[in-house]
Amino acid sequence: MSIESPPTHAPLVELTLARLREFVREPEALFWTFLFPIVMSVAMAIAFPASSGQTVRVGVAPGPESAALRQALASTPDVVVKEIPTDEQPRALRNGDVHLIVVAGNPPAYRFDPMREESRLARLVVDGALKTAAGRAEPWKATEELVEIPGSRYVDWLIPAIISLGIMNNSLWSIGFMTVQARLRKLLKRLAASPMRRRDFLMAPILARLAFLGPEVAVPLLFGAIAFGMPIHGGILSIAVVAIAGALMFGAIGMLMGSRVRTFEAISGLMNLASVPMWVLCGVFFSASNFPDAVQPIIQLLPLTALVDAMRAVVLEGSTIGGVWHELAIMASWTFLPFALALKIFRWR
Amino acid sequence: MELAVRCQNLQKRYGDVVAVDGLSFEVRRGECYGLLGPNGAGKTTTIEILEGLLSPDGGDVDVLGCRWQTDERQLRQRLGVQLQESQFTDKLTVEETLRLFRSFYDRGKTIDQLLGLVELESKRRSWVVKLSGGQRQRLSVACALAGDPDLLFLDEPTTGLDPQSRRQLWAVLARFREAGGTVLLTTHYMDEAEALCDRVAIVDHGKLIAEDTPKGLVASLGAPRVVVHQGTLEDVFMSLTGRHLREE
Repeated sequence: MSIESPPTHAPLVELTLARLREFVREPEALFWTFLFPIVMSVAMAIAFPASSGQTVRVGVAPGPESAALRQALASTPDVVVKEIPTDEQPRALRNGDVHLIVVAGNPPAYRFDPMREESRLARLVVDGALKTAAGRAEPWKATEELVEIPGSRYVDWLIPAIISLGIMNNSLWSIGFMTVQARLRKLLKRLAASPMRRRDFLMAPILARLAFLGPEVAVPLLFGAIAFGMPIHGGILSIAVVAIAGALMFGAIGMLMGSRVRTFEAISGLMNLASVPMWVLCGVFFSASNFPDAVQPIIQLLPLTALVDAMRAVVLEGSTIGGVWHELAIMASWTFLPFALALKIFRWR
Repeated sequence: MELAVRCQNLQKRYGDVVAVDGLSFEVRRGECYGLLGPNGAGKTTTIEILEGLLSPDGGDVDVLGCRWQTDERQLRQRLGVQLQESQFTDKLTVEETLRLFRSFYDRGKTIDQLLGLVELESKRRSWVVKLSGGQRQRLSVACALAGDPDLLFLDEPTTGLDPQSRRQLWAVLARFREAGGTVLLTTHYMDEAEALCDRVAIVDHGKLIAEDTPKGLVASLGAPRVVVHQGTLEDVFMSLTGRHLREE
């Protein structure tokens, strides 16, 4: 039986196809690519239920001397009082079981860690409640305008950043590992002995990453829209451009990371060194403006900051591509410079 | 006479270790030339310099009348290279792997011709990981033949293969030679050198210690030995160095 072979494609196409085939035939890689955004989204759904007032957890020592305190606080909305013996109080505070300890006395004492946001909040709420209970006259009562419109909640702010994080992780790890594996198997050396253009080999896995970018971005985006009612203000085109720019950028960075190393341990170390600080610095889970002004210029130039900012702008504010040109320019720099450097220093043996 | 490879006073050292120590030899167009020697003799280093994968510390290399420094792109189109330890991607099929390598060459054989040449037609849809050692080695040679090369480099092509697989690979090389191809191979099997090579260089400690046809080398041993049994290249190596080719 003779089967006619279809004609051979251009080297870059063949290399990209090879990479895609390798990827879809590796069930674990597929699993992690799509599981990560779903797990993160579900975790968010649990951590930020759609309608919740944050409660303040206050610890008070048991015993008759604290009875008045407990009574005063128990009637305050959004405050939960826990009875905690004195010797267990430091532990409860440290673990976040309670945000604040109130010690009975005249005046009472507040024990809390001022570095913790929720503890400072608890102090304000408890202080107000106790003073009111003690008979403080309110000079006036402000009207409250509660902002719970979809689009301006924490969870809305978080989802575009989680998507960006997924793009970074998948690009860095898949490309870095693939490259090291091909080097360990001496496949790189074999390819270097052929007339293959080296640039094609470095570009192929980065292009192959784009094939799965659609579902990778769409799954958590739709999950956010359906589970949290997150509005998607941006057009599909703008979101796609930002996602593609991000994937190309981290693909190039992943290629640079994998350009020299010869062991999986070394590539893991490099990946963590590059990505973990960005999880913290780039405003994924909390605003980057928490960091001192002195380091802001650096944070603004980090690749993940540019992707997160651009993704939030297009998804939440409906920015056009022109509105995020600054971030796109930073991402383009983080694409071309690492790629050119990787091509120059790449180790084929 | 036209030369496929000319290599003069080749030198390569790794730190204090001298891998290649003033090696000179020539490979003629259309012949099969073997570098025979024990592990660590400098065979792989030599062939990798000729393949343009390593640069020599000294000496002169000329491949198909070209220089690596100036003609690399053109030269790579005309060479077929099989390396000792390279593994192809596990989860690509034989056909996909061939198609990938074929795409790198401006001219060459069709995928079907290549599959026929190495007798892997029945495995065209099998993943590389499912192939036997002999089938993988034939796939590797098929990839080296994808661009219809003038010169084929083979580094220990049958090491670790069973006798039947070795003979199948030898048949592939015979077909390539019939079509006028030149082969430079390294081996530490004397029977392989005897079966395949027109001329053999015996290499030890990075130096060429003898060069002739396999028959000529065996004949040089002299009468007494040949009377006892049919002399082999193993005997030649022993008489030259006092050691066995392969330590058992």
